Amino acid sequence: MPIVAIPSLLRNLTDGEESITVPGATIREVIDNLENRYPGMKARLCEEDRIKPGIAIYVNGLLTRGSLIEHVDADAEIHFLPAIGGGVADTLH
Amino acid sequence: MARRSHVQTTINGETVEFLCEPRQSLLEVLRDELHLTGAKEGCNNGNCGACSVILDGRLVNSCLVLGVETEGKSVETIEGLAAPDKLHPIQDAFLENAALQCGICTPGFIMSAKALLDQNPNPTEHEVRYWLAGNLCRCTGYDKIVRAVLDAAAAE
Amino acid sequence: MLENKDYKVIGTRPIRHDGVDKVTGRALYGADFQAAGLLHGRVLRSPHAHAKIISIDTSRAEALPGVKGVVTAKDLPDAGDKVADLGEGAVNLKHLCDNILASDKVLYKGHAVAAVAATNPHIAEEACTLIDVEYEVLSPVLEVRQAMEPDAPLLHEHLKTTSLGETADEPSNVASHIQHKLGDPEKGFAEADVIIEREFVTGTVHQGYIEPHNATAHYNADGQLTIWCSTQGAFTVREQVAEILQYPISKIKVVPMEIGGGFGGKISVYIKPVAAMLAKKTGKPVKVLMNRADVFEGTGPTPASFIRVKMGATKEGKLTAAQGYLAFEAGAYPGSPVGPGAMCIFAPYSIENVIIDGYDVVVNKPKTAPYRAPGAPNAAFGSETVLDEIAEHLGIDPLEIRLMNGAKEGDRRADGPVHPRIGFIETVEAAKAHPHYSAPNGKKHHGRGVASGYWFNIGLESSVTINVNADGTINLVEGSTDIGGTRASIAMQAAEVLGIPAESVNPSVVDTNSVGYTAVTGGSRTTYATGYAAYEAAQEVKRQMITRAAKLWEVDEANVQFADGEFSSINGKEEQISFRDLCARLGETGGPIVGSGTVNPGGAGGAYATHVVDVEVDEETGKVEILRYTAVQDAGKAIHPSYVEGQIQGGAVQGIGWALNEEYIYNAEGEMTNASFLDYRMPTCLDLPMIDAVIVEVPNPGHPYGVRGVGEVPIVPPMAAIANAIYDAIGVRMTELPMSPDRLLKALGKI
Repeated sequence: MPIVAIPSLLRNLTDGEESITVPGATIREVIDNLENRYPGMKARLCEEDRIKPGIAIYVNGLLTRGSLIEHVDADAEIHFLPAIGGGVADTLH
Repeated sequence: MARRSHVQTTINGETVEFLCEPRQSLLEVLRDELHLTGAKEGCNNGNCGACSVILDGRLVNSCLVLGVETEGKSVETIEGLAAPDKLHPIQDAFLENAALQCGICTPGFIMSAKALLDQNPNPTEHEVRYWLAGNLCRCTGYDKIVRAVLDAAAAE
Repeated sequence: MLENKDYKVIGTRPIRHDGVDKVTGRALYGADFQAAGLLHGRVLRSPHAHAKIISIDTSRAEALPGVKGVVTAKDLPDAGDKVADLGEGAVNLKHLCDNILASDKVLYKGHAVAAVAATNPHIAEEACTLIDVEYEVLSPVLEVRQAMEPDAPLLHEHLKTTSLGETADEPSNVASHIQHKLGDPEKGFAEADVIIEREFVTGTVHQGYIEPHNATAHYNADGQLTIWCSTQGAFTVREQVAEILQYPISKIKVVPMEIGGGFGGKISVYIKPVAAMLAKKTGKPVKVLMNRADVFEGTGPTPASFIRVKMGATKEGKLTAAQGYLAFEAGAYPGSPVGPGAMCIFAPYSIENVIIDGYDVVVNKPKTAPYRAPGAPNAAFGSETVLDEIAEHLGIDPLEIRLMNGAKEGDRRADGPVHPRIGFIETVEAAKAHPHYSAPNGKKHHGRGVASGYWFNIGLESSVTINVNADGTINLVEGSTDIGGTRASIAMQAAEVLGIPAESVNPSVVDTNSVGYTAVTGGSRTTYATGYAAYEAAQEVKRQMITRAAKLWEVDEANVQFADGEFSSINGKEEQISFRDLCARLGETGGPIVGSGTVNPGGAGGAYATHVVDVEVDEETGKVEILRYTAVQDAGKAIHPSYVEGQIQGGAVQGIGWALNEEYIYNAEGEMTNASFLDYRMPTCLDLPMIDAVIVEVPNPGHPYGVRGVGEVPIVPPMAAIANAIYDAIGVRMTELPMSPDRLLKALGKI
């Protein structure tokens, strides 16, 4: 099952757990399963069925397009990180 | 609009006549009236050298010269440097040495380098750096520009 | 160190394709664009750093003969508070629009408030002085720590701090807080034998591109909007203008002219939408040019910052913990590069226990924009000088302590992901082996310093189309504006695939109607990602050519191979034809060949640099002279080594300027007092020695030729390297940038 690294600013929702193994074949499924275990998680990561602006998703160390439909392998390592604001990504949009 | 003056001058060996307002700089005249856009505006106050041209044999920032001041004088710009089928040795040296990145400062540097080599055909590295200190380049760190000018001196 | 074992074109140094145009003055930059009936635009800017706009009266300006149109924020569509999705993150659309033309408040001196189009630039300028703006002047907030105080004047009533999806209740100048935490920092510091904690302050600095911003716009009667401009990304201009003007992208064509430098500063739009608004209002093409003061005061610099760094190590030199606190000035609207700063600050090292906090804070200065490795130089100035101090305390050579703790493939970054194959250790080893590092350095007031730096690089979308010509050449169509020789570095990758010389490729940078979507020239991505797209397009051409050869020889495609520019038939029939000769027979074998490639690669591969610098400090005047400079960098694979060296040298010199001279100097009213090239003192060639650029090649597994972006990381190490060299020379630790003569004399207790 994919492993989700919980960012320090979200660990108040996971009782301090730093990484969580949850089932899911897409980012959407992973987040839904996280939400089931840790209510409130989805509201921090998503709005209107999409990832919140300002949050970037890394899968196995690679920056993804930040889409909920992104496929994840069974042994994927997923990171939710602040999007690179002000740098390239933010202003180039 | 201010009354325009008639000016006759020589540009790159050709006699040229133009009308300009007294407040227009030589840079404005070259670019806007004569469409010689090789001289660039980087600062419009003589600090960057991107508009360098040679006026009666002397290197000037064309943004600090009025168009009307060129009456009866001779102006050399980047457009006049290469022969129809052959680049000037300084231009070749800039290409061979990869002495440009964005290229906006390049015409000014080449004109400055020409003015230097016209009066000092064998400059030292320090003399090149001293002479070119009035031209700003933000891309290259100057290393390859200085090498290009030294190479051009050696080739001439 | 450069290897070229299997390549014919890659790693060579051909003349760049746009070179002749650029040395003869023929190349057309944005300001060189001319059109019949052209009007000239000029922007009126705020004289105040912080004020409410009570009223704007343009009637006197409109009455001036020669004036054809005036626009203000009222001419912009109502932005509300919509968050614009511009493809790669999101920005508040009201902030975006207000930065183009202020609506209710001006937030920095130089903030645009109105614009005029007239028959010549002088009339437009005169007309600006006839626009009457009534302001209610407010107290400016000019420094990040001051702006974070609870009682600081607020720039935006509705701005509240967000922390990874959570929004605070009370308004604040702190737009966001980010945090990365790895391991147990408390435990790590408890294990340390030496702990150093220092505070650092860095100034606001500008990219300093020589070409000011420019834009010419024209509206056709059918509603087609065309914009000719200098930009790092034509598609990005199209998106931003479409959002700001609420206009469909299909009706906007952006034509990228040659660009005179950007370094990140020509991604955001400023006058492009204004030119479009004036063109719409007047029905004529309108050219708007900035002057140098406009560029300093009205476009995004990179932020001033306050940084606290604490690092701990065992007496053997192993780093046990690190803590970073980064507060960055975003300028007038949120969006400083504190994110990348926080991501990069300890990235050269493998440290088990790390905590990093970053704050994005609005102040009354221009909205910051990217500048070469945005955020990383500020951060590295702190971390790399603290590491130097730790090495000194422990009596360990500064390069040795970097080798002991250097990050390698599989090590976890403080922000979570693990490093792929990286070349940090290799840069340190090369610096150590360089003759510079072992040269004598004992003279009085002479000092040597080293520092390293990291930049993650980006991938993003690129598209390339290749059209094959009958004479064996190809026309390569791309959307990446060429800011430093990328026509060559991209063409060379296609040439390598097809076994043809670099000179047989004709690269063209085209407008947004003429090539597939391509992200900006920025993030050190162009040679990497657009080069990757060129590789893919060339592979597609190769596949089609194999089909043609098979047809010609009446053999199965599987029996045609391609090597060294020759197609040959294997398994039976002995046939051979060169790429060039086959190109001449495309007509008879099926018609023209067009290959295309599009990519959005995720494996940009991080870049590392390690710099060594010798300085001489004049204790009388406080002036620091750079005596010798060596910059080592992992390029993955240097496609055109001359232009890789050029990036390294240019980045190092921008860093030297940042280290020693450059800063926005503000008075108490928030007015920049040095908004000219004379007073904002960038390095000239007389200030510098040659810069020895040393390329290390640790191929990036995320690119077919191993390319890593090279443009940004060379600006990361210089500030700390020079600070460390100054310490070596005179025994004083500098913690404030720039290390200008006055600051040095203060540090020496002389003033």
